[in-house]
Amino acid sequence: MTQSTAAVGKSRRLQDFALLVACILAAWQALYMIVGDVAITSPVTTLGYAIELLPSSDFRPHLAASLTAFGNALLISYAGGVLLGLTLGFHRFSGEVAEPMLGALYSLPKIALYPIILQIFGLGLSAKVAFGALHGVIPVALFSMNAVRGINPMHLRTARVLRLSSIETVRTIVAPAIIPEIVTGLRVGFSLTLLGVLIGEMFASQHGMGFLLINAINLHDVKMITTLIFVLFLFATVTSAILLAIDRRLHVRV
Amino acid sequence: MTLVREQGSPGSSGPSARPRELAPRSGPATVGASKLHAQLTGVTKLFPAPSGENPVHALGPIDMAVERGEFFAIVGPSGCGKSTLLDILAGLAAPTDGTVVFENKPISGAVPPGIGVVFQEDASFPWLTVWDNVAFGLRRAGLERGETTKRVEHWLRFMGLADFARAHPAHLSGGMRQRVCIARTLVLEPRMILLDEPFGALDQQTRLLMGDELLRLWRATGATVVLITHAIDEACMLADRVGVMTARPGRFADVAVTRWPGDRDSRIVSDPSFGQLTGRVWSILRDESIKAIGHAEGDIGGRSP
Ligand SMILES: Nc1ncnc2c1ncn2[C@@H]1O[C@H](COP(=O)(O)OP(=O)(O)O)[C@@H](O)[C@H]1O
Ligand SMILES: [Mg+2]
Repeated sequence: MTQSTAAVGKSRRLQDFALLVACILAAWQALYMIVGDVAITSPVTTLGYAIELLPSSDFRPHLAASLTAFGNALLISYAGGVLLGLTLGFHRFSGEVAEPMLGALYSLPKIALYPIILQIFGLGLSAKVAFGALHGVIPVALFSMNAVRGINPMHLRTARVLRLSSIETVRTIVAPAIIPEIVTGLRVGFSLTLLGVLIGEMFASQHGMGFLLINAINLHDVKMITTLIFVLFLFATVTSAILLAIDRRLHVRV
Repeated sequence: MTLVREQGSPGSSGPSARPRELAPRSGPATVGASKLHAQLTGVTKLFPAPSGENPVHALGPIDMAVERGEFFAIVGPSGCGKSTLLDILAGLAAPTDGTVVFENKPISGAVPPGIGVVFQEDASFPWLTVWDNVAFGLRRAGLERGETTKRVEHWLRFMGLADFARAHPAHLSGGMRQRVCIARTLVLEPRMILLDEPFGALDQQTRLLMGDELLRLWRATGATVVLITHAIDEACMLADRVGVMTARPGRFADVAVTRWPGDRDSRIVSDPSFGQLTGRVWSILRDESIKAIGHAEGDIGGRSP
């Protein structure tokens, strides 16, 4: 009974997914027919070019450069953000001092800081990583801080009534209470770090997907632009769907 | 087991038993030393004011003695220090002054073993199923698996939660979640159970039925129960003794002995002496509640206390 319900749910979701893909392709094709070759290439042309481009040795180093920069930036965003957020969450005073600053930094268009980043790190990998991390670290920190602040004080009192040690309290109460919210922060941090790395590559790099994109824009290579956007779209959609699924799974109980 | 029978009062054989005259003065009814379970002596609590003003005198000085197996209820106007009193009795907060003794040992700094607490707010763990919530304390205590299962299932059945064992608290009503918290406490077989307005958020009918359940588990466990409530009827219907608190700083204005039989249930609310008892408690509480509201108005008006 439950199994068949689950199976029905699964095939239903597959249907929805197929419908969504069809809609996107249709909209894409329609847009192509309206604006024409000057702005966008058709789905068929793009797919054909993507299959040709992706395995080529012209493209692969750029993909590798982007992934390296993104991986490093993500690591820094996650580690730094969680550490900063937990510290600010548990240490109430510093949290109260830092929160408005983080909020301001979060809403500041970080592109304004790019000249400074370049002065410090120069052109190349480290600037891209720094720019990506700059985008990602703040949301991760904010979500982690709020996760800690959101701990139900009754749960901590329960821990004391049950006479749990600090380690047991962290392991059995604090961790499960804050992890779902932190994972939401990681999800938001993921897409913002990606954004940061790409912008970094567009403005100050000779490598990576961002560089290819800005280069194609300068050369008005519409096929290349559309294909790069398509590849980035695929990557972002797939990864965020995975992260969203994890996030939902963790939140369903709360 | 109850104070009533302890004092050998005759005639308390059914729901029609009459309450004794209220004790005329404040202070705890005396309790034989051998039966003494918990005792507060001269307990006072001051909270430091946030910004250099006078500290908030929340409680006391208060004396209170609870007998082993007794059902003691505490009523008082809101903000009079009931939760503060419970925190101190549980060992969750230290009194500014005075001593707390539980099972002949002073309480200091930590909750002693043998005390279970059910809080006013929902404290169930949303990330665990009902079953795992109830098993939580037993697992932490390292109880053997078979015994854990046995006890958890017993208390789930007792609290009417058996059908919801695999649900998460988010899918339960407020009343059911409070039952989860009660089961989570009872499964550890505490010798003294402290409940802070556990049914505060429930409607009147549900509250009466939960009261019956509380009596049932009190009889089943033989534990000492200290119930904090703002509902006079609840206190008068359930308890052996009802401590009536004054407005802040809370003290006992009176301790009423109800003399209900041990096998009472919520039907005693239709007993004429029940009305008499609640009437007396209300006459004290009314004055104190007016004072409490007056305090609040004074605070709002910014007048110095
Ligand atoms: N941590 C605290 N700091 C300052 N004042 C407090 C604190 N906890 C309680 N109080 C004050 O002490 C008084 C008694 O509170 P409480 O015990 O919660 O009352 P009750 O449970 O009877 O409603 C209230 O006036 C409340 O504002
Ligand atoms: Mg209270």
